[in-house]
Parts: sequence; C-alpha cells; structure tokens
Amino acid sequence: MTTALFVVLAATAVVAGALVFRVDSMARATFLLLLSFLAVAGLVLMTGLQYVGLVIVLMMVIEMVVMAVFMIMYMMNPAGLMSMSMFHNTRGAAVIAAATFVALAGGALLVDWPVRGGSPAPDPTMALGESLMSGQMLTMMTLGVTLFATIVGTVVLATGRGRYDRLGDELDAPASDDRDRGGVGR
Amino acid sequence: MSAVLPLGWAVLLPVLLLAVTWAVVAADVLAAGRAGGRPVPWTVAALTPAREALRLLVGQRRRAVGGDELLRGIGGAVLPLAALLAAVVLPLGLRPVADLGVGIVWFNAMEVFAWAAVWLVGWGSNSTLSLIGGYRFVAQGLAWELPHMFALITAAVGAQSLRVTDVVAAQQGLWFVVIMPVAFVAFLLSVAAMAFWGPFGAPVGRDVAGGAAAELGGVDRLVFVTGRWLLLVAAAAMAVPLFLGGGHGPWLPAWAWVLVKTLAVLAAVVALRHRLPTIRMERWTEFSLVVLTPATIAQALVVTLVALGEGGLR
Repeated sequence: MTTALFVVLAATAVVAGALVFRVDSMARATFLLLLSFLAVAGLVLMTGLQYVGLVIVLMMVIEMVVMAVFMIMYMMNPAGLMSMSMFHNTRGAAVIAAATFVALAGGALLVDWPVRGGSPAPDPTMALGESLMSGQMLTMMTLGVTLFATIVGTVVLATGRGRYDRLGDELDAPASDDRDRGGVGR
Repeated sequence: MSAVLPLGWAVLLPVLLLAVTWAVVAADVLAAGRAGGRPVPWTVAALTPAREALRLLVGQRRRAVGGDELLRGIGGAVLPLAALLAAVVLPLGLRPVADLGVGIVWFNAMEVFAWAAVWLVGWGSNSTLSLIGGYRFVAQGLAWELPHMFALITAAVGAQSLRVTDVVAAQQGLWFVVIMPVAFVAFLLSVAAMAFWGPFGAPVGRDVAGGAAAELGGVDRLVFVTGRWLLLVAAAAMAVPLFLGGGHGPWLPAWAWVLVKTLAVLAAVVALRHRLPTIRMERWTEFSLVVLTPATIAQALVVTLVALGEGGLR
C-alpha cells in the first residue's frame, strides 16, 4: 500500500514535471508544475513531516497562481491562449539535463548509504519549531531580514510613482494625487 | 472516547455542510428580499436552493470557443472539494472527522485551493470578463491571505497547538474571541473574502457581467456556486472552534453548541452582507495591508506575550 502510494506520487511528480515542457499553454504548464509540487508534498507527508508537507501545499498553490499571473504577463503572446513552445536552447538544455541526471543517479547508486543514527522526534513539528527557534535562530533571522529587504528593494525599484509623486516635493499635499484612491484614503 | 469521529462521518460531513448551506442560501434570499424592499415569503425562500439547483442541473452548459475546458472543469471541481477537505478538521461537537496534529495548517492549505480554482475558471472560459474576475480574486487574495494567516496563527499561539481540538480545549474557560478580538474580526473578513462573497464579490461582480462565473451555465455553474457557498460555510464554521469556544457551553450537548454557534456566525455575515456595498480591490488592498495586517501582527504579539507571561511553552 505504502509502496504503491509512493510509486504513484513519484511518477506523478516526474511525469507532470516533464509535461510542463510538452504543453502549449502557459496556464497548463504552470498548473502541471503545481501538480508536480503537490505530488512532492505528498511524498514529504509520507515521511511523517506533516507540517512541512502541508506548508509546501499551501505555499505552492499561492506561488503557482501568482507565477501564472507573471508568466502570462511576460509572455511574448500575452493573451497566452495561442500555442507556444517551452523550449529554448534545446541542445544546451539536453546536455545539462543529461549531465545532471547522470550525476544524481550515479550518486544515488554508487555512494554508500549511511546507516540511520538516532530516531525521529516523537513530534516532528515541535522538533522543527524548537530547532528553528533555538539552534537555527540566527539563520532564520538573517533569512527573514534578507527576504524582507529584497521585497522592499524590489518594490522601491519597480514602483512607478513614489511618495513625492503622490504628495508633492515637500510631502505636504493635503490629498494624494492618485488615479485610484485606496481604502485608507492616503 | 476516541479523538476522531467514526469513519461514517466522512460520508455525513458533506451532507451536513450541504444542509447548512441550504439554510444559509435560504436566509440570504430572505435577507436580499427584505433589503430590496420586496420581502420573499419564507416558504419560497426555503425552496429557492432546490429550485435553483434543479434549474441549473437541466440547464444548458456553455462552451466557449477556444476555451480551455480541462482547466475550467478542474477549477470548478476544485472549489467544492477544497471546502469539503478543509472541513474535515472541523470538530462536529468535540471530535472532528480527522484530528490532524497540524489541523490549522491543513485548513489553511485546503482553503487556498480556491485561489487556483477561481483563476482557472476565469482563465479557462476564454472570455475577457471571466479573466478579469479571475485576476480580481488573486488581487484580493494577496490582500486577505496575510491577515487571515495571522488570525489563524494567533488562535494557535493562544492554545499553543496547531491541533484544532487542542484549540477548542484551551477555550474551556474563556473564549478566544475575548482575548483576541482583532484576530476574530480579521478572520470573519477573510471568510467572506475567501468565498468572494458579499462586499468581496468583485471577482463575480455585476460590473464585469458575472466575472469568473460569466461563462458558466448549467451544471458547471451549479458546481461553482455550490463550491463558493460551501467554502463560506466551512470557513465560517471554522470560526467556532478557533474563537467561539467550539462545543463548549452549558446545558446543550457539544454538537448542538457547534451548530448553534455556526448558524449564529453565518446569520451575522448574511445580515451584514446586505448592508455593505461591494468594496473595490484597490480600496480593500490598501486597508488590508496598511491597517489589517499590522493590527493582526500586533494581536499575535499581544497573545504571544500573554502566553509567555502565563508560564511560557508547555
């Protein structure tokens, strides 16, 4: 039963991932990629890591929907309903893919697998939280601040109209000069 | 008493959800009639869900030229499925169908499938207005998802557990709505927004001729609309274990309290719906990001400090 489930999920992950490059619609490609990620999340859930598995589901659904929006926006054919190709630089890609596969498969087959030391925590979620909030606290804090700085930096670089455009050079305009007024009315 | 309901309840859960949905749709028809100045007799309102469902069942399906039928079909089917799957962690009484250790994350992960569903339906119809509806939902989603997650986290921090039954157990004395009112309000707002319903109905708004659902007819529309109502009911029902004490209460058995509280939450949102206009995406986005998100973060901080002050991690 467990083996069958594993085979189904693993095959789904690989086949859906490969199909991403066979379909001619950006929407289908994006959601096939989501299907592949969901199958991987299922595999993670099978290892008993409930929290991590469900967070993968949660993040990937939102992420793929947002990605679909951006992918379609940046397409040469923005409507996206006309056929398109996901292939670019096919020869180089084939070489890289083959080399990666050989390296990974070779590693999996040739390296001596270590014997398991220790035993899984009774509650992996709790163990993960304790690890993140004690031993890995500095890592997570650095990561969080870096990500946040990236978001702020990207928004600052991408925004077409900053506060000086909206509120004047002295930032003293009584009302902001916006085409669409937001709910707080600033 | 085991922590989980017998397996048969997995079959009963959709039936229960549909029954509550029926009652809510009927109540909504009544409220709409009253708000519109043309009261509907309650007998008519009570039969409206069945009549509409039958009308849609025998109605003609619509196929858009050049549309992506597969994606649209998947999107439509995912909406009710997401609602049903999210509901398996709902304690019906004190026990849910599935008592997952990370039940709150499960609920969150299932309910975000609505993002994919609405966008796919809007996309697959190959119609501009449908697509606008789909994009509107994503824009709104980016605004409500953060306060929603912070509201869920606050309840989990209050109980120091992601297990929904633990959250209920932690409210034996004091309901969480008393100590985390901001999170409760943010959660209720995101319930309506998640079901793109009421003030958050812009994705299927009249100004875009029905938006994401514009091209849906017959059974496709029935599944989509039912899924939307189921999502509203399942998410509103989740407010009961998270903030309103779940099955705890005097005199009545636990299941009756859950039912009464769920119906009360739904009655409140239905009554409010007809008093509020549809809110535009840019207004809601600014309010959500500038007011609601910081407010829910502050709420989470306060609850965390209280939890730490009461003796720290258990």
